[in-house]
Amino acid sequence: MDLFQAYPVLKAAWVVWFFLLFGFILVWVLRPGRRCAYQAMADIPLQDAPPAPPKRSL
Amino acid sequence: MPDGGQALRLAAAGGWRQDSYVDGPIRAMAVATIFWGIVGFLVGVVIASQLAFPLLNLDLEWTTFGRLRPLHTSAVIFAFGGNALLCTSLYVVQRTCRARLFGGEEMGWFLFAGYQFFIVMAAVGYLLGVTQGKEYAEPEWYVDLWLVVVWVSYLVAFGGTILRRAEPHIYVANWFFLAFIITVALLHIGNNVALPLTIGHAKSYGLASGVQDAMIQWWYGHNAVGFFLTAGFLGIMYYFIPKQAERPVYSYRLSIVHFWSLIFLYIWAGPHHLHYTALPDWAQTLGMVFSIMLWMPSWGGMINGLMTLSGAWDKLRTDPGLRFSVAAVGFYAMATFEGPVMSVKAVNALSHYTDWTIGHVHSGALGWNGFITFGALYWLVPRLWGKTELYSKKLAEWHFWIATLGIVLYITAMWVSGIMQGLMWRSYDAMGFLQYSFVETVAAMHPYYVIRMLGGVLYLSGAVLMAYNLWRTVRPAPAALPASQPLAAE
Repeated sequence: MDLFQAYPVLKAAWVVWFFLLFGFILVWVLRPGRRCAYQAMADIPLQDAPPAPPKRSL
Repeated sequence: MPDGGQALRLAAAGGWRQDSYVDGPIRAMAVATIFWGIVGFLVGVVIASQLAFPLLNLDLEWTTFGRLRPLHTSAVIFAFGGNALLCTSLYVVQRTCRARLFGGEEMGWFLFAGYQFFIVMAAVGYLLGVTQGKEYAEPEWYVDLWLVVVWVSYLVAFGGTILRRAEPHIYVANWFFLAFIITVALLHIGNNVALPLTIGHAKSYGLASGVQDAMIQWWYGHNAVGFFLTAGFLGIMYYFIPKQAERPVYSYRLSIVHFWSLIFLYIWAGPHHLHYTALPDWAQTLGMVFSIMLWMPSWGGMINGLMTLSGAWDKLRTDPGLRFSVAAVGFYAMATFEGPVMSVKAVNALSHYTDWTIGHVHSGALGWNGFITFGALYWLVPRLWGKTELYSKKLAEWHFWIATLGIVLYITAMWVSGIMQGLMWRSYDAMGFLQYSFVETVAAMHPYYVIRMLGGVLYLSGAVLMAYNLWRTVRPAPAALPASQPLAAE
């Protein structure tokens, strides 16, 4: 099979591959049991204030 | 541990300080955003006036609509929007990664100066008639090459900052910014493969021609909308709305789904700009179908942005910056609903080449891109200059309502004008002849062009108010006179 004959198969396979990849991403992101981890990620912008200076004993 | 604990440990060890961030060039980019915004809006008002009153073309080649129009589009998209994206992305990536900008102050200043040089070179070319004639990609080869240098440096600075991050997770706003930077680089290079006549000559010829050239151009053009004006500004939304509302984004899961679905779908939608042309019919239909599918990520992102305010809606009454940001998300919803509708071939048969398209673009540009930028600036500028609050909330509120009224006037005028224009062009009489000559359709547009011009004047006035307000906000307070100082003798 030369490249010209393989082209339609490759074109269709590329579409299928994209669907599978996107489906995998959806499953990965939406899998249960990650609520706390996502909450911590969502909090990142709210924790970018300068951290309090280290406390020193005088 | 993605909770900022790393930064606290670094601070305790003396390895992290607030002044470690590179902010000088970011302040300059904020000023450039405001400056180029006013310039771009002003040129927009000028060309809107030229369409209503053609005498204003002044019979000079440098001031004709044909040369000023790309000056307007480039000034608002690349100068105003581009500086807003540079400014916010470099601010956000440092804060959310808790890392100093890769390349330091020097890199920041190079990006600032290099990008302004690109803008000025492009603008001078437009006025002198040096152009590739490709919409939103008008600059000639020598300007394109310079932009490649600046843009690759931008990628190195942004990517390098992410690589040296102290925060284990890369916050979602940075995903959008990174997608914007990488895709714009690919689009810019792909659409500008050209050979100059000679090295010393400004004119060049592109590699592709005919329908291939058209397809590459609209692959570029639509994805410039998708990745410059959408993905980049969504990065702004995902950082600044949580900051303004003081609460995390409504659903982090949804933000990730939003990101990947946008990335997978947007890149295929370009052919809807070429309906009923020599482009193969299947490619037109493909563009239409992917445009309709874009509804889902767009509205998912919109819901995520708006729902971030749940429990904090009262802030809309007291924070004009947040009001801009939220109204921007509303306009994003409206523009991303209208776009897929217009990509349907049956609708496009009426809307294409009419003012409806201009109205659609401006509901996105003025409402989404403009307002989300204003919202970010009202939050960012006082903080960049170490101030606690705005000079005048009242002025910011005036800005909001004046600009909103301007947008409403603009887009309603263009809806009426565009649909009327489309219907007049396709009207036939009983004998099968066109019912209206072209000049009759032009004359019918006049009142709507005047209304559009007034809408633009209002939007520009609002931006001038913002510039004054922000200038007064950051201006050093005059030294107070000692209470006992005697008055000068008469």
